Amino acid sequence: MSEYNFAYLDEDTKRMIRRAILKGIAVPGYQVPFASREMPMPYGWGTGGVQVTAATLVPEDVLKVIDQGADDTTNAVSIRKFFQRTAGIATTERTTEATVIQTRHRIPETPLNEDQILVYQVPIPEPMRFLEPRETETRRIHALADYGLMQVRLYEDIARHGEIATSYAYPVEVAGRYVMDPSPIPKFDNPKLDDCPAIQLFGAGREQRIYALPPYTRVRSLDFDDYPFSASKADHACAICGSATSYLDEVITDDAGGRMYVCSDTDYCARRAEGGA
Amino acid sequence: MAMSAAALEMQDVPGPLLSVRNVGKRYGARIGCSDVSFDLWPGEVLGVVGESGSGKSTLLSCLSGQLRPDEGEVIFDTRDQGPRDTLLMSEPERRRLGRTDWAFVHQNPRDGLRLGVSAGGNVGERLMANGARHYGRIRATAQDWLTRVEIDPSRVDDRPRQFSGGMQQRLQIARNLVSGPRLAFMDEPTGGLDVSVQARLLDLLRGLVRDIGLSVVLVTHDLAVVRLLADRLMVMKDGRVIESGLTDQVLDDPQHAYTQLLVSSVLQV
Amino acid sequence: MYVAVKGGERAIDAAHDWLDRAHRGPAEQPALDTAQIRDQMALAVARVMAEGSLYDPDLAALAIKQARGDLIEAIFLLRAYRTTLPRLGASDPVDTGAMRVKRRVSATFKDIPGGQILGPTFDYTHRLLDFRLAADGELPMSDPKGGDEKTLHAPHVLSFLNREGLIEDAADEGADPPDLTREPMELPADRALRLQALARGDEGFLLGLAYSTQRGYARNHAFVGELRIGMVSVELEIPELGFAIEIAEVELTECETVNQFKGSKSEPAQFTRGYGLTFGQTERKALSMALVDRALRWEELGEDNQGAPAQDQEFVLSHCDNIQATGFLEHIKLPHYVDFQAELELVRRLRAGTEDAK
Repeated sequence: MSEYNFAYLDEDTKRMIRRAILKGIAVPGYQVPFASREMPMPYGWGTGGVQVTAATLVPEDVLKVIDQGADDTTNAVSIRKFFQRTAGIATTERTTEATVIQTRHRIPETPLNEDQILVYQVPIPEPMRFLEPRETETRRIHALADYGLMQVRLYEDIARHGEIATSYAYPVEVAGRYVMDPSPIPKFDNPKLDDCPAIQLFGAGREQRIYALPPYTRVRSLDFDDYPFSASKADHACAICGSATSYLDEVITDDAGGRMYVCSDTDYCARRAEGGA
Repeated sequence: MAMSAAALEMQDVPGPLLSVRNVGKRYGARIGCSDVSFDLWPGEVLGVVGESGSGKSTLLSCLSGQLRPDEGEVIFDTRDQGPRDTLLMSEPERRRLGRTDWAFVHQNPRDGLRLGVSAGGNVGERLMANGARHYGRIRATAQDWLTRVEIDPSRVDDRPRQFSGGMQQRLQIARNLVSGPRLAFMDEPTGGLDVSVQARLLDLLRGLVRDIGLSVVLVTHDLAVVRLLADRLMVMKDGRVIESGLTDQVLDDPQHAYTQLLVSSVLQV
Repeated sequence: MYVAVKGGERAIDAAHDWLDRAHRGPAEQPALDTAQIRDQMALAVARVMAEGSLYDPDLAALAIKQARGDLIEAIFLLRAYRTTLPRLGASDPVDTGAMRVKRRVSATFKDIPGGQILGPTFDYTHRLLDFRLAADGELPMSDPKGGDEKTLHAPHVLSFLNREGLIEDAADEGADPPDLTREPMELPADRALRLQALARGDEGFLLGLAYSTQRGYARNHAFVGELRIGMVSVELEIPELGFAIEIAEVELTECETVNQFKGSKSEPAQFTRGYGLTFGQTERKALSMALVDRALRWEELGEDNQGAPAQDQEFVLSHCDNIQATGFLEHIKLPHYVDFQAELELVRRLRAGTEDAK
């Protein structure tokens, strides 16, 4: 693919995206509009994350791409191959060796450090989209920090179900100001957003928004004082490595509906099974 | 006097709660309302009456921040900054005012409620918008208010769609009053309701106004409503105030020919 | 001992191999010639260019071949290619009044200067499957009568109405229109931005919306003032030369509708306009575009918001791009088992709660 620029995007486009990223880092949790480009993979399949990664990569980077926590899921494979072809950078499955990690729907179990960037793929960036479909109105709500509606929705959940019935894409308050959608990560992962040493970038291609969390940002999951947020997961241990603290996939093993639970984060699981920590 | 002793005690502010000076709004060549001035004191209910097209609804919209008047001042005595012209406030300030110190009761309750949210959520919204974060207390406060507006508190989880028109209106009132506002704007609050339901609602409003020491600007075409609720009265015609004074005085001894016409047109049952 | 599923990369490679074989079809058949697609499936090529926002019949034909006839997939290929192209500049606005017309009709007048020219249209054909076309069959051709294309320089029909002041002005305010593909779309959008979005919007979506206005969802009484199709010159100003030169000729479809008049006792009544402009011979799209354009203008024309879908700017513009739409729709095929697992746990917990409560 030598007729394409490094990491596919032309330099003007990268500059535009980097400006949006910088704005996002300057105003944590605020959705910055950007002119998302048509990419060679469909909207909804990670074009936002791919554009953020493409604008961020330098030739010395080591890239990890995961989807549902695994390196080997089809879309992660496809995206990793895309960057191998268009950027020629080194790739890895090991979280500890990566400098840039692009992810869909999970945060790695292995804690991140200050030399890493985590890029999230975001389908719907607006946390209130399903309460208020009009973008003109949600924009105003964010500008005026008029988040009563968001809290009402949580109230309604408790009134109807006895608990807050959101299990993924659980809304958070960032640095005491903006309410943000952390992308469809399970709520189990929410605590990892808080006070994280790495830079966290969020890209929504189809919806044309970028937002960001600079390192060590205070991120608080919305809740009530008497119904505090809890990062719950299935009450089992991984059948392969034995971890009782990592998020698990449920696998149906036979026609009778037998099931077992294994770590969603395949790299974390493999290291533990090998005998490393 | 219109204020209860309790309300009098609360007020150590000498000036009027709301001072309106020369408010006017035009629609092209047509006058919406023109040159309206008045003072409203704590605990006072001011009725604004007139027929359709008199400008009373336009005036209400201009005072409550829904329409921008072309001229005039709307000075409200804020808690922390004294008297301020609300027309010069920034949008965040105005919105905050709208969910704390001010209330707006729409003629059609569906315009003032979230239909997809439970009664409890509707009443609790202002509390949550103002930072309340304890579910149990929010719910208890909501149920308390449902009781005060004579809605069975066990219906706290029902949607407004499941309520009658009168109940929806009472729910709207509870939703507004939960934040302890000092000033309420009401646009034909009993319009469209059955007569017996109206009567009950008026009694409720009268009681609440007295208990809270609420000031109200009440727009209506119904003279019976102002007779019951309002201390003072302004009569509007073609966008202007043509007569004002104490309710009983104006209704029993109207001076202006138009007021005389209005009063005499009311059916005596 | 359960071993985690691996082999995603091998699966993708195998899938692509199978796709290549399915794409080629039986080996004894000749492979499709892109020139045949370009010339004999011109209307498919036109749609792909219009919604791909790129005028290149050869590339569009290639995209259709590569996409196995899935036109939205072909549009996607063209759009992705377009992103990589360098921007040289913006042409002068094209002069459709100087169009070399092959088709030009008006429903508002029986006869017009320049005449009504039917052109190569399906309009009056009888929709009977013609089995002479089966296999590689052809139809007998008559001799062309005196040239197919007319160099027609006829004024726009609406200019006659305009001269009498009967129709609202379509004044050029001289502002530069924004570029949807270079800046994020911000709502509310002005008419120029809306027209841009509609020009590359999905034909089916706009067809449905246009149809809805005809059936009463914000009816705007559309008459086709003029529909013209033909070749138009594209000119680019060259700074070094100091004047504009023709860099290409493109085929365009232009539709101008005459719609519901507005006016009052104090303002004289005038007809209002709707406008559609697309690449290639894409009548259905241009007509739909004009009706939806007019429906979206309700606010600037002082009309009521009837709550009709075609009047809702945010609804129409957010959902008319078929590449965005199909991308997001089809992404639900991707693995979502992590989030599903979270929902499973929630539902199990809630059910346990209701069980305890019983």
